[in-house]
Amino acid sequence: MKLKLEHYGKGLAKGLGVTFRHVLRHRITTQYPEERLSVSKRFRGYRMVWDEERCTGCATCAKSCPQGNIEIVTSTKRDENRYVVEKFEVDTGRCIFCGLCVEACPYDALFYSREYECSTYRRSDLVLSRDQQKRTEGKELSAYFHPEIEENLPAQTLLLDKAGRRSQSLWD
Amino acid sequence: MEVKTERFVLNMGPQHPSTHGVFRMRVTLDGEVVMDLEPKFGYLHRGIEKLAETRTYTQIISLTDRLSYLSSMTNNHAYVLAVEKLAGITVPERGEYMRVIMDEMMRISNHLAAIGFFLNDLGASVFTPLLYMYREREKLLDLFEMVCGQRLLYNYMRIGGLSHDFPSEFLPALKRFVAEMPAYLEEYEDLLAENEILLARTKGVGILPRELAINASISGPVLRSTGVKWDIRKADPYSVYDRFEFDIPTGETGDNYDRYWVRMQEMRQSLRILNQAIEQMPKSDQMNAAVPHFLHPPKGEAYGHVESPQGELGFYLVSDNSIAPYRLHIRAPTLINLTALREMVIGWKVADIVTTFGSIDVCLGEIDR
Ligand code: SF4
Ligand code: SF4
Repeated sequence: MKLKLEHYGKGLAKGLGVTFRHVLRHRITTQYPEERLSVSKRFRGYRMVWDEERCTGCATCAKSCPQGNIEIVTSTKRDENRYVVEKFEVDTGRCIFCGLCVEACPYDALFYSREYECSTYRRSDLVLSRDQQKRTEGKELSAYFHPEIEENLPAQTLLLDKAGRRSQSLWD
Repeated sequence: MEVKTERFVLNMGPQHPSTHGVFRMRVTLDGEVVMDLEPKFGYLHRGIEKLAETRTYTQIISLTDRLSYLSSMTNNHAYVLAVEKLAGITVPERGEYMRVIMDEMMRISNHLAAIGFFLNDLGASVFTPLLYMYREREKLLDLFEMVCGQRLLYNYMRIGGLSHDFPSEFLPALKRFVAEMPAYLEEYEDLLAENEILLARTKGVGILPRELAINASISGPVLRSTGVKWDIRKADPYSVYDRFEFDIPTGETGDNYDRYWVRMQEMRQSLRILNQAIEQMPKSDQMNAAVPHFLHPPKGEAYGHVESPQGELGFYLVSDNSIAPYRLHIRAPTLINLTALREMVIGWKVADIVTTFGSIDVCLGEIDR
């Protein structure tokens, strides 16, 4: 095939101009893992966080899961007139992070966490047991369907702020 | 000098960097000239239509995300539209505006990826545009993440509305993006529009005849590149699209360059729509209609369709008054667009198959379902 240089290379030169302008521009690369961006407040992170105190064992979350992913076993505590959750297991290997379980829980007992580096060596490690999911101090909860905790979370880093406007970011 | 060539059959794919996923083409070549091409689908088949029959109407939304995963939001929209038609639900006005904003953001983000990959298919020398376009797409993904917590598979729309409201910092950020984007679009054009290599490799290559495009029911930018002014947003307005002013960009010849050009122009139109939608959006709080958790639509059938970034995406639903649809069928635009690939590449070289395939903007998740 013969290249038809219609504009005698003017287009190529123009494109190179853009490239050169970029040489002078501020870089926006993040040097992960030394530098980290802050994820959004509603981030649907890897783990579910489950509040034992608030959970009534109603299993609405399990019913709304499209994957049939949540396993709940309860026993009855007759004298206190409530259920005791004996088993609450989420297989995060099969989870599609759709968020329907967190959305469906009528007692605000289920949260997403904001963790994201959670690779494991074994698939079986992805099945989170009742104790691993328990809400403890230190676990950062996501505000997904929990607007009440949205204010206390750090603001999301936006690339929009980092890259800035064309004219502004040219020389900084 | 005469070179003696022999016909032979070449299999491209299913694992090939240029097939954008797992797709196989059986190409008959004579030397380097394409004599015949047979697309082979089905390497990614996940049975989404069948799976839908065992899930409730709300749960299926998360499946539709996984069709064309670069335009999940419009997939959501097409599906919920079909269910709303089936069950006779009206969405509050604010919900409709929010949907339009999401759709148009998705269109820009999908077109950026589509053009980037298309140029990448032209060869490593134009890898830069992909990076430039990903930079802007990344900003949109940030905004999506801000609204619904995910960057790729959103599961954001619900039957009768959306799952939750925009956070307060969303609209200002979107406004900034909309104000910034035209400058970046100009930058792309500086980089590309007159680039001799781009012109030589795309102008007049992979021409799709207009009659064939119409007869094969091709839609989206691939159809519009042949000069047919057809857009579901105008032809059968859904949501609040009839309230916005925008044009339908069309190409002339239906070659690879026109398809690239139509997508560039569509992004400009999307920005126009975004501007109007942000301005007109009602301030009220209500964005959801009251819909029972386990919906039982009456017996019947409905077809909902939207103009997804790739073309007409439709969902055909049959209900038997239970909590799951009796039958779901998806009209995937790229599957139908691909049926014309053979006619587009016959007589061209192997390298042109790759670019023509890229110019259709396929997403294999949608084709194999
Ligand atoms: S996020 Fe979705 S798939 Fe995962 S456990 Fe919850 S409902 Fe099931
Ligand atoms: S829906 Fe909420 S309260 Fe009910 S079982 Fe699940 S976590 Fe517990």
